[in-house]
Amino acid sequence: MKSFDYVRAGSLAEAVAAASAPGAAYLAGGTNLVDLMKGGLTRPDRLVDLTRLPGLDRIETLPDGATRIGALVRNGALTRDAGFAGRYPAVVEALLSGASAQLRNAATTAGNVLQRTRCGYFYDPASACNKRSPGAGCEARGGITRTHAVLGWSEHCIATHPSDFCVPLAALDAVVEIEGPTGRREVPFDVFHLLPGDTPERETALRAGEVVTAIRLPPEAAGFAGHSRYLKVRERTSYAFAVVSAAVGLRLEGGTIADGRIALGSVALRPWRAREAEALLAGRAPSPEVFAEAARAALAGATPSGDNAFKIELARRIVVRALTLAAAGTPGRMPALPASPFATSPTAGASHHA
Amino acid sequence: MPERQRHGSSIGLPLTRRDGPDKVTGAARYSADIRPDGLVHAVMATSTIAKGRVTHLDLAAAEAHPGVIAVMTPDNAPPLAKSPDEKDNPFAFRLNLLQDHTVRYAGQPIAVVVATTLEAATEGAALLSPGYESEAPTIGLGEGGIFTPDSVGAGSPTSDGTGDMEAGLAAADARVTATYETAGQYHNPLEPHCSVAEWDGDRLTLHTPSQALWIAKARLAGFFGIPPENIRVVCHYLGGGFGSKGFLSPPQILGIMAAKLTGRPVKLVTRREQMFGPVGHRSPTRQTLTLGATRDGALTALGHHTLSQTSAYDDFFEASGLVARHLYASPAISTTHEGSRADIGTPIFMRAPGEASGSVAVESALDELALALDIDPLDLRLKNYAEVEPITGRPFSSKALRACYAQGAERFGWDRRPRAPRAMRDTDGLLVGWGMGTATYPAGMMQGEARATIRADGTALIETAAQDMGQGAWTVLAQIAADGLGLSLDRVTLRIGDSDLPNGGLAGGSTGTATSGTAVHAAAQAVIAQLADLATTDPASPLYGAGNAGVTASEGRLARRDDPARSERFGDILARAGKPSVAAKGQGAGEPASRKTYAMHAHGAVYAEVKVDPDLGQVRVTRLVGAFAAGRIVNPRLVRSQYEGGMIWGLSLALHEHAAHDRRSGRIVNANLADYHVPVSADLPSIETILVEEHDPHVNPLGIKGVGELGITGTAGAIANAVWHATGVRVREIPITLDKLLT
Amino acid sequence: MGLSIMSIPITLTVNGVRREIVLEDARVTLLDLLRERLDLTGAKKGCDRGQCGACTILVDGTRINACLALAVSHDGASLLTIEGLADGDVLHPVQAAFLDNDGFQCGFCTPGQILSAVALIGEGGLAEEGGPADPERVREGMSGNLCRCGAYAGITQAVLQAHAAMTHAAMHAPDVLPGGNLTEDAA
Repeated sequence: MKSFDYVRAGSLAEAVAAASAPGAAYLAGGTNLVDLMKGGLTRPDRLVDLTRLPGLDRIETLPDGATRIGALVRNGALTRDAGFAGRYPAVVEALLSGASAQLRNAATTAGNVLQRTRCGYFYDPASACNKRSPGAGCEARGGITRTHAVLGWSEHCIATHPSDFCVPLAALDAVVEIEGPTGRREVPFDVFHLLPGDTPERETALRAGEVVTAIRLPPEAAGFAGHSRYLKVRERTSYAFAVVSAAVGLRLEGGTIADGRIALGSVALRPWRAREAEALLAGRAPSPEVFAEAARAALAGATPSGDNAFKIELARRIVVRALTLAAAGTPGRMPALPASPFATSPTAGASHHA
Repeated sequence: MPERQRHGSSIGLPLTRRDGPDKVTGAARYSADIRPDGLVHAVMATSTIAKGRVTHLDLAAAEAHPGVIAVMTPDNAPPLAKSPDEKDNPFAFRLNLLQDHTVRYAGQPIAVVVATTLEAATEGAALLSPGYESEAPTIGLGEGGIFTPDSVGAGSPTSDGTGDMEAGLAAADARVTATYETAGQYHNPLEPHCSVAEWDGDRLTLHTPSQALWIAKARLAGFFGIPPENIRVVCHYLGGGFGSKGFLSPPQILGIMAAKLTGRPVKLVTRREQMFGPVGHRSPTRQTLTLGATRDGALTALGHHTLSQTSAYDDFFEASGLVARHLYASPAISTTHEGSRADIGTPIFMRAPGEASGSVAVESALDELALALDIDPLDLRLKNYAEVEPITGRPFSSKALRACYAQGAERFGWDRRPRAPRAMRDTDGLLVGWGMGTATYPAGMMQGEARATIRADGTALIETAAQDMGQGAWTVLAQIAADGLGLSLDRVTLRIGDSDLPNGGLAGGSTGTATSGTAVHAAAQAVIAQLADLATTDPASPLYGAGNAGVTASEGRLARRDDPARSERFGDILARAGKPSVAAKGQGAGEPASRKTYAMHAHGAVYAEVKVDPDLGQVRVTRLVGAFAAGRIVNPRLVRSQYEGGMIWGLSLALHEHAAHDRRSGRIVNANLADYHVPVSADLPSIETILVEEHDPHVNPLGIKGVGELGITGTAGAIANAVWHATGVRVREIPITLDKLLT
Repeated sequence: MGLSIMSIPITLTVNGVRREIVLEDARVTLLDLLRERLDLTGAKKGCDRGQCGACTILVDGTRINACLALAVSHDGASLLTIEGLADGDVLHPVQAAFLDNDGFQCGFCTPGQILSAVALIGEGGLAEEGGPADPERVREGMSGNLCRCGAYAGITQAVLQAHAAMTHAAMHAPDVLPGGNLTEDAA
């Protein structure tokens, strides 16, 4: 790890000023940044430590019913906030399915949102990567690509965004609150992360020096609490990144879907909001046929970026399953294995001959 | 149930670990926890190309980094007395110790940076920014040309068999030919290979994780041109080896060289990503099974051909064919191996080397045959039960496999298994499948020595340079000693893990407890004999005239066998003889005659239940039941742990471990513990172990067979078979991942 | 800029003892601070990248991976490491339960496992309304700690036993710890 200047910011203004120096990076929980620094993937000259900034570690209910999650709220703390879990169960299920308890206790809200891809070639400093070194090429193309993107990728980058947390946030129309040299602004969550296009080095809507101060869930997001799930397919039962995941929420009125939300994880370089699929749900009664139709629409534009065609079919199936589970109702208690296809207790489902 | 299988006062008791309190309080010091005064830190720079040579290192940048003391490269590395490419015995594996600028594989050490702090050394290594002359590497299995090696595994013949395969297949009513692949696997003990090396003139003290301290000492003596007695290798606690720490690896020796170069005590710890290259691995394999059987299930032919991979510069061949040589009866058996080379680090022994990869293929193929014949998989195995070792015809020294099959099946409920696949679902709609496999591993022995000392205060000291890597030597050797000495456990002090002690052999190949235990037992008997000699020749002793055979040791006393009331405390015997202590050595080794006469193997039966999501393909092993027979069980608590650990390794082989090489660069894309998956706690809800009673009068005087590797065999095949039973999909490319199950 | 060798004073409470520490290098993680500078080597370095859990310690009561925590950013924090868990010679219930249930083999991951278990029990949610802990929740909650030896069955049993002992201890008499070093196998 390269040596760096360490600046502990006492205020947002101080942080923004300190970060205006070239080569500066913001430090919060460190679970992603310190890892990247140890891997030699990012080599900042200065770390501006945000962890002492006042007021950013609160979970607030705003007068209009919206919920603001401060940028420094630790993922673990958010999962343990009973009020939050009651209103946004899919967000908590997603968080609990990610990483480990230890990492969640350190990782922050903003840090999770800003985490970089886990593409093996991005993570290998000896591999060409347009994210790390614009114009160098993408060595993932033609390489080991089982888990790479099937939506929104380009010739220049086929990586995915690895966050679980971000998937329900995208589905629930979250808003990213930002402060920076030019003041405050907001960005809708589902356009906060940028698709690679021909500038994969540009990863988010943040401009130089800007800080994410909070994630806000709008008042209507809590309306999905009764019928929302996060479902995540993994290659081991826990402590693994998603192969594909889905966050869905349904607002049912009189047996029909008044509003349906679908977002997919680990299929693209952003949590993938499937608005066309959502439009197919509106006004219809939940049924396997409707869900299958929505799943087809969600993946309509998908193409393999390598040896990963299976992810397209898997994503369709996970959408159907997540919608089915959500329609059945959010479980009263968080499953023992959050977001897992094996979420129910293995002893509860005694086997029988079919 | 043999939990209470007792022998004397201590053997057979399920004692908790004697080293346990140190391990649960953090007091146990592992090699990298040792901090001599003046310690400096060394970090390796490793190659990012797989073939070629290093043409440039930015020494100036590294040396300019504050705290950096030295950069060790081929140009200034201390000369070695013996070339690391010299191969004076088959197990002197060629090592990359900066002998030249050649690069043989990605991840090869190419320089070592020494600094006053770990942070400076780490950054110094990064600043070297090597330049290369690179050649296109050969990476894929078989791509580098195929040849027949001279031997496989630990010196096993490349081919072995019996009978006429063609005739056997011609006589068969059903035939199965199938090709299975297993992935490259990396041991990844949680403790990385490391060394803390300190030179004092031409004397070396080395703290390093080693499964064989005397072998390490001898190798180092050769490299550094000093007598073995000048070298002390210490390893009281070893954080997992699984074969990768059997022989010293490059990082461990580079630390010693860096200490020599700088004249300072040096600590070098391998970084996790550097565990994927220079410290060995299990080769990927491609195995073709050819089975023929009559309608009733009796095998008429069993063919097993293996292709495995070694490095471009040394030979180690995964001997997957060994299982078929020992396990099932067939009039015709053919087991053959071929090898190919690739630009990778040399593979090496990895927990059940050969047996693990071979077992999953053999057990899968047997189930494919069972399907073809419409026979229950357990019945098929029983039908082909080997009453004698199939190829040699030797009787088994003991074999309680039938009891293992029966007890495991009963516990698991195997008789309720529907024959057809996709026939069971749970109440959540998940597919349920049941499968089984046979576990087998040789009951080998190495050579070892121990010293027993009885002291005037009535306590005893047992010393051997054996090694506890988690199997429980700290506990079980003391149990064996206590019984042999006739002392309670609290009066026995055990010293292990130090090469200044008598040669403890190798903790590997499931031979550690059998070998060291036999040595300890022999030493205890020898020292008791000396004590008896003192007493029975002393007219003042109540034992006078009893003769050696006429006394027994118990509760710290020698007593006349014919009159136990006539006894004397150890301390009193020594006091009267005017001796502070009495000591004797004992040997542990296989007895050649009985090893020639008998086939010696441990066995078991493993039953697996898996659940598979019918749409999403995700697999979970929900239940494992293993019933194992391995002779006398010294400590059932610790043996259970060994079996369970082995079974989890079988699970890992079946579903998880897969080193993904980019064939263009030769680098492993998932060289980290986030992407190279090993099982986590949530991966296995239920595991049960049955210890099946087995008495073996031939294997060694204590009747002990090894248990460390047995559990991995059988298990992977049982899981693969259960996945088939759940889904109807036969995956022949291991590990079984969800993409292979999406139908 | 970039090669600043500055001395940074921080204060940490380590196992109940307040310590003034001068960091000579901002790159030092809590793990390397403990292991290389404070001679507290119980926390282990298995991967150094937050992927194995061997370095788990409690910081201000919550479990984290010490390998990814820059020491300089934790000025003022209170750390509990494995060395500070027992009460003198009396093992913490989790330590005793790991011993009783053979929840380890090589022992390298054990300090991290034990501290993770202590935190897991403290976090609550393992059991419903005073009932026994749900083994599935224990397994999920312990999945951030790899054990390459595969001692997971013993680890799960140990956490269940400790949970029961600690819940009982909290409700009743103080001394419910399993005693003695020699226990008969339960199976």
